[in-house]
Amino acid sequence: MKTRILGFVAAAAIAAMAIVSLFVVPADLNQGDAQRVMYPHVASAWLGYLSFGVTAVAGILWVWKRDLRFDAVALAGAEIGVMFTAFAIWGGMMWGRPVWGVFWQWEDPRLTTTALLLALYVGYLLFRRLTDDPARRATRAAIVGIVAAVDIPIVHFSVEWWRGLHQGATIGSPSRMLNPAAPMVFVGTLLGMLAAFTLAWVYLMIRRYQLARVQMAREEAVRLERLAAARAVAPRASTPAPRTPESTEAAR
Amino acid sequence: MALAIARKDALAELRGRHATVSTLFFAAIVLLLFGFALGPDSARLAAAAPGLLWLAIVFAGILAVSRLHLLETDDEALEQLALYPVARRAIYAGKALGGLAVMLVLGLLVLGAVGVLFAVDIGGALLPLLLTVILGAIGIAAVGTFYAGVTVRLRAREVMLPLLMLPVLAPLLLGAVKATTAALTGDPFGELASWLQLLVAFDVIMVAAGAATYGYLLED
Repeated sequence: MKTRILGFVAAAAIAAMAIVSLFVVPADLNQGDAQRVMYPHVASAWLGYLSFGVTAVAGILWVWKRDLRFDAVALAGAEIGVMFTAFAIWGGMMWGRPVWGVFWQWEDPRLTTTALLLALYVGYLLFRRLTDDPARRATRAAIVGIVAAVDIPIVHFSVEWWRGLHQGATIGSPSRMLNPAAPMVFVGTLLGMLAAFTLAWVYLMIRRYQLARVQMAREEAVRLERLAAARAVAPRASTPAPRTPESTEAAR
Repeated sequence: MALAIARKDALAELRGRHATVSTLFFAAIVLLLFGFALGPDSARLAAAAPGLLWLAIVFAGILAVSRLHLLETDDEALEQLALYPVARRAIYAGKALGGLAVMLVLGLLVLGAVGVLFAVDIGGALLPLLLTVILGAIGIAAVGTFYAGVTVRLRAREVMLPLLMLPVLAPLLLGAVKATTAALTGDPFGELASWLQLLVAFDVIMVAAGAATYGYLLED
């Protein structure tokens, strides 16, 4: 019930901030209305990074504590992170077309870094689906998630350098829009949008986590059912040592 | 122990030559196709040569590392290996060293092939080019051994290995291409050392990450 209220609040906050950013805040002098894309764009990019951080930390906690709830958190982080990152890239392209004149700008290090980030975690999600056993899947996914997280700073650094040694400054990069001289009304709107998106992020994370737990419970139920069916077929053979799921897990 | 595993892989490779011959042939075909895709203007091919060199090495490297791990799936050899009472890091190091040997042969031969096919003067900057190939080979072997270990027991390993490995290798590709370009053009901006440092940093971090996590793979 509380989660549902949170969902409604998040939806209302995003709707309110959409109205503010579209109609209340004045348009940017140089970029015009296109600049309004920046508010949801920056907010979702930040949350994408946050999600992947959550996935890496949850992976480490799984390896350490061996509690499948951490794996559910890791899955939620990766999936929601991919969604927010894809949304950030899409928003950036919609902004880039009128302002830069192109959808894709190889000179912008953030764009290329974020695209690689998306590829890393789409790979992570695809990889997860290939292992059926929950504990094995959690371990393998945790390792892949940790190495992906280790790779992110190197990617960022190398791409930044690649451009830096290559050519001059990028026109209209996000860092220039967020400079300290930016009018307070823009900064305030961005922070408001970030707060609204974060509420939505928390809601989605909770829901995805709950769903992952339900899926895990179902997997477990199916496993027990198969075990019982196997026992029913050969009742004599298995009576001396009835195998519980715990003992099969331990035997592995 | 690490050396013993590497020696075993090298020996199996020398006797069977499954990995080297097929991956070399694959790299040659990739170079040929690049020539068709971008040619026949030889100036343009020479300008693109560093990128083509490293794409060929990376693509062929995927095949090489996956072959080295497939060796272990026969007769559950990897499970046997995991039962040996040695540090898991040693197993990773051994597999990575075996991969490095293959990658070095591959890298040097592809470098020579690029010099011949795309009319690039390799002899003029041999030392920095060799250094770049060695650093690149270490990185590909480190990352490749890790991901080959992650995917070797999956049904869809042929797809998953490049899918997971290529985005992670992006910084290496970038640094290696830049270092090669700098070496070939006589390093007019003095950036060669920075790119080599980037490669060293990548290698160190990835070897450490692989060695630290590989053990958990063998346990599951």
